[in-house]
Amino acid sequence: MSQLSRYRNHRFARPVLLAFGLLLAGGLFSAANAAAESLRAEPIAISADKSTLIKEGKEIFNRGCSSCHGLNAEGAGAAPSLIGVGSASVDFQVATGRMPMADMSQQAARKAPLYDEYETAALAAYVASLAPGPASVTNEELAWERDGNAASGGTLFRNNCAMCHNLAGQGGALTKGKYAPTVMGVEARHIYEAMITGPQAMPVFGDKIISPEEKLDIIKWIKAMESEPSLGGASLGRVGPVTEGLLAWTLGLGLLIGIAVWLTAKAK
Amino acid sequence: MSVGKKAVGSVANYMDERVGAAKWMKKTLNKVFPDHWSFMLGEIVMYSFVILLLTGTFLTFWYDPSMRIVEYEGSYEPLKGIEMSAAYASSLEISFDVRGGLLMRQIHHWAALLFLAAMVAHLLRVFFTGAFRKPRELNWIIGVGLLTLGIVEGFLGYSLPDDLLSGTGVRIAEAIMQAIPVVGSYISYFVFGGAFPGYIFIPRIYIVHVLLIPGIFLALITAHVMLVWYQKHTQYPGPGRTEKNVVGYPMLPVYAAKAGGFFFIVFGFTAFLGAVAQINPIWVYGPYTPAQIGAGSQPDWYMGWLDGLVRMAPPLETYIFGVTISWNILIPGLIIPGILFTLMALYPFIESWITGDKREHHLLDRPRNNPNRTAIGAMSLTFVLVTLINGGNDLLATNFDLSINQIMWFTRIGVFVLPPIAFVVTKRICLALQRHDREMLLHGRETGRLVMLPHGEFIEVHEPLSPEKAFLLSSHEQLPALTAPEEDSRGVALPRGLRNKLRARWSSANAEQIDKPTADELKEIEHH
Repeated sequence: MSQLSRYRNHRFARPVLLAFGLLLAGGLFSAANAAAESLRAEPIAISADKSTLIKEGKEIFNRGCSSCHGLNAEGAGAAPSLIGVGSASVDFQVATGRMPMADMSQQAARKAPLYDEYETAALAAYVASLAPGPASVTNEELAWERDGNAASGGTLFRNNCAMCHNLAGQGGALTKGKYAPTVMGVEARHIYEAMITGPQAMPVFGDKIISPEEKLDIIKWIKAMESEPSLGGASLGRVGPVTEGLLAWTLGLGLLIGIAVWLTAKAK
Repeated sequence: MSVGKKAVGSVANYMDERVGAAKWMKKTLNKVFPDHWSFMLGEIVMYSFVILLLTGTFLTFWYDPSMRIVEYEGSYEPLKGIEMSAAYASSLEISFDVRGGLLMRQIHHWAALLFLAAMVAHLLRVFFTGAFRKPRELNWIIGVGLLTLGIVEGFLGYSLPDDLLSGTGVRIAEAIMQAIPVVGSYISYFVFGGAFPGYIFIPRIYIVHVLLIPGIFLALITAHVMLVWYQKHTQYPGPGRTEKNVVGYPMLPVYAAKAGGFFFIVFGFTAFLGAVAQINPIWVYGPYTPAQIGAGSQPDWYMGWLDGLVRMAPPLETYIFGVTISWNILIPGLIIPGILFTLMALYPFIESWITGDKREHHLLDRPRNNPNRTAIGAMSLTFVLVTLINGGNDLLATNFDLSINQIMWFTRIGVFVLPPIAFVVTKRICLALQRHDREMLLHGRETGRLVMLPHGEFIEVHEPLSPEKAFLLSSHEQLPALTAPEEDSRGVALPRGLRNKLRARWSSANAEQIDKPTADELKEIEHH
């Protein structure tokens, strides 16, 4: 202890302590976060028959969704009607945590889902029973790994998606605080469902605009980008020249000026 | 004398008898340069230029400056079989199939960003210390020319890979060309050899990028450095330093070693950046076709402020006599940068007209001792920063949960309001620092040591400044404002009355400063 306290008046003592404290707090936070993540339920095989599923879905809906979307999913105020949106919409919105919304901001943000796989399926079945609409898919149904073509998927992505989601799929800003989220780290079925339902500010890309096979191409390209190692060194977020310029000015020129100062001091 | 020394001596003698360089070499190698870290900013520019030449030459061995359409057959899977220009295909080849190609490409790009960043930093040093004053006005203009060329050269290099991001930049350049009234569309047709993008743009900018501009660069850099050599380097004020001498170290061995070492550090560091930090991953962006566009398309930082200006321009267009004038592109894309660069180039002449100072200056100013100039610099920097912020408005919006519209309005208003505020605040800070210098000279440094006198009074002990420090704080000259009469003695307006009025007004603003302690005041404090 006396060894340590010898340095308590050192000029670096406070910054070092501060850095240590920040590191500790950050470490504890991410550990707690990871523990909470691992508590999330594993997917459950959905074995219940359809009518029970719809019944249970109705109950969950009445408890969790009806205060905004209305008791018969007819919609009210800011919350749209859910009649005819189909199970694809429900699966996309609920399983990515966008619904229920955390707050009435510009756009529902992606977060940890509130309902587990079974509850989501029940909700989807209930909403699908109200009127026909786009049907949800499972990851297994989408054979993108086998049937998709990354190269043509890339071209399709640049033609249809990149103007909002960025050339590298990192997401981008829309007007008035709305945004196109990143498409990295999204499950294949949610990418597919987003295309057929057009959530929030996104347009619908029906099968006549982008065929189901082409949708698999796009998924394959997105997954290829996702799993591609950062070639040529640490990626600066793949958002283009802004972060590159920032690095050139801060670390780049900053360090060179530091060296110039050091060299001048050394020469004296 | 050892054998080695003898051999070197005889070779040197042989050369001297034929070339006669010994006298010149002796003079040159003993030339004295002043020492300060900020004098090394220009060196970073020069070393980056050398790095750019070396890595750029490597890249030309594989790069194919052609817009011929080819099918990609290289090793990057997600682009296989896609049609693209040979320029893009060969850039991908350099990135994936040439040994060390990606590293060289990345070093080249990082060196380009550092080249321009260091150039701006060097310009700021020269501006804020007043190094551009007579006799160095022409060198200042050469410097402004180098900066302009550097921006153009960087932009052309950014355009060469012909990926979707760079093609978007070229499209905007085309829009700016077309915005020129009357002749715009002709200029665009001339540059692209027809409709955009055409087939000859890449080969044309390639030769401009690798031959024309680097050649002009070499000539201008040589002139720039030779002028520094001939006019001698400026120095910071200090004891023993005058307008007529240069205090420092000789070229050999001190600067040769220092500059040589610094070159290797800059090269090593740029190579390190190229090895660990990904820059411009063109394979992610895909080939350019005019039908595609990506969110978050930005130029490199040195064009970012121009992009920001274009982004904030309101949609103004007029249609007269069958001609559309796109003010929304013309003003931010050409008129404002034109005015800014012209004012920057002319600044040394403007300042000397305001101060009426036509003397030579070899001693630099401390920025605080010229509050007006420092404030003008801060004002210009603020302007560029505000526009640069708008250039990245989409990324700011998504990363900080802001609305892009609000950022745009903030910068639209800020670009008018913030620079004048920066001017006033900087000028006040400079004057406050001058006041502090005066205080230090008159009362010395506050030691923070409190002493109780025998009769119970507490005083803080002030330590007198060292003579060197006192000299530094008081050696600058303070010029009075010009008086330019508007009327003659009988009250008749002079022919140049308005001009004189303006000049007198600017001059008095320029001369606003805190008086240095007079000799009497200093003598007085010596007694107590």
